Amino acid sequence: MTKRQKRMAAVAALLLGLGLSAYFVLSAARKNMMYFYTPTDLVEHRVSEDARLRLGGLVTVGSLKRGEGLNVEFTLADCEKSLPVRYQGILPDLFREGQGIVATGRMQQGTFVADEVLAKHDENYMPPELAKSLKSADGKHNCAPFKSMQQAAR
Amino acid sequence: MNWTWFHRLGSPPSFYRFAGTLAPWLGGLGLAALAYAWYAGLVLAPADYQQKDAFRIIYVHVPAAAVSLSLYMLMAVAGGIALIWRMKLAECVLIATAPVGASFTALALLTGMLWGKPMWGAYWVWDARLTSELVLLFLYVGVMGLKAAFDEPRAAARACALLALVGVVNVPIVHFSVEWWNSLHQGSTVLKFGKPNISAQMAVPLYAALLATYLLAGQAILRRAQNELLSRERNTRWVRETLTELGGDPHVS
Amino acid sequence: MSAEFWNMGGYALYVWGSFGAALAVHLWNVLSARAQRRRLLDSLADSEGEQPVDE
Repeated sequence: MTKRQKRMAAVAALLLGLGLSAYFVLSAARKNMMYFYTPTDLVEHRVSEDARLRLGGLVTVGSLKRGEGLNVEFTLADCEKSLPVRYQGILPDLFREGQGIVATGRMQQGTFVADEVLAKHDENYMPPELAKSLKSADGKHNCAPFKSMQQAAR
Repeated sequence: MNWTWFHRLGSPPSFYRFAGTLAPWLGGLGLAALAYAWYAGLVLAPADYQQKDAFRIIYVHVPAAAVSLSLYMLMAVAGGIALIWRMKLAECVLIATAPVGASFTALALLTGMLWGKPMWGAYWVWDARLTSELVLLFLYVGVMGLKAAFDEPRAAARACALLALVGVVNVPIVHFSVEWWNSLHQGSTVLKFGKPNISAQMAVPLYAALLATYLLAGQAILRRAQNELLSRERNTRWVRETLTELGGDPHVS
Repeated sequence: MSAEFWNMGGYALYVWGSFGAALAVHLWNVLSARAQRRRLLDSLADSEGEQPVDE
């Protein structure tokens, strides 16, 4: 091997080693890299119910009930399961029925009690006229971005 | 295949002249494209059905983020060439790309925060996309710091090249983070198979803004690479001749 | 231009903040490269008189 070929091999080996180690670290840490869990994960007890965690899903259409002051209750669903959520506080501008959100809090007697709610919008951009014609009858948004741990592992 | 053009371009004086000719064109075209993109994006494009006028931040955020990743790839490729072929020009491109890439990474992070606050409800969250983009900024700043820490330019370039190559694992993580993991950040709008997720009136200014940002980043890199070449080759005849051409007398410049 | 345009539907701070930051970055890229060049040419002019060498 010439010196140049040796350096080429060294660079290739470096990249290969880095790529492989990154792959192994990331697949091992897959669960911990999830920014949020989904209702399916909680309902099927795949995460500890005592822990403070983030829950992501779509606000079920027709489930939003506004109570006294800043109290709201709604149901959060992914593609499979749903969970009741209770929250007191200011909601982001994008919060509405059918919207994807990520709530932070913990489970209390079957209800997810949140102390922070963030909106998760999708990657679609269109003028209002177009959106009206596209929306399905039930106003349902896409649940695909909310992958339960089992789906994500696939 | 005939490689003479490549070797000619790789020689410092020819690249210096080539960059000097190309840079004003990139700058001029980039400025024109940017003026159109911003006018079309801010005035002509309709407001989004969900995000209203806040969605217009896309016209600065997405180009900055795209350029931040592309420039890292450029820097890593230049680093690979510099390590393997010991090519001086590649070292200069590597050194020149770091501050430009860092500036666009910082812009992507800042505009992302300004977009996140009104839409998500938070300036910053530690999800995979945001965190890996922050790591990208640290990598650029690391390359700049490494360059500054060495007195000898060739040793500096070699260390920078190594760091640039090591950091390249982060690039696919930034890009695919929104697909691999649940994240608050939405998926990709532009680089997506199937039908585009953005209506044409909104997409055209976005493509123009992408083009403009690439051109302007190219201009900045060429200028900085020229500087780096002049500095490296300060004791050679071609630099002396260039300086004489520039100011008649190098003392005046 | 109309106040409605500058108001950006209530998101003025975020939208104009973002575009302002972008303008600043583009300007910085042009001006910093130019300043680097000026400093370099000054230092090269100072070191004039050393013997040029061909590589």
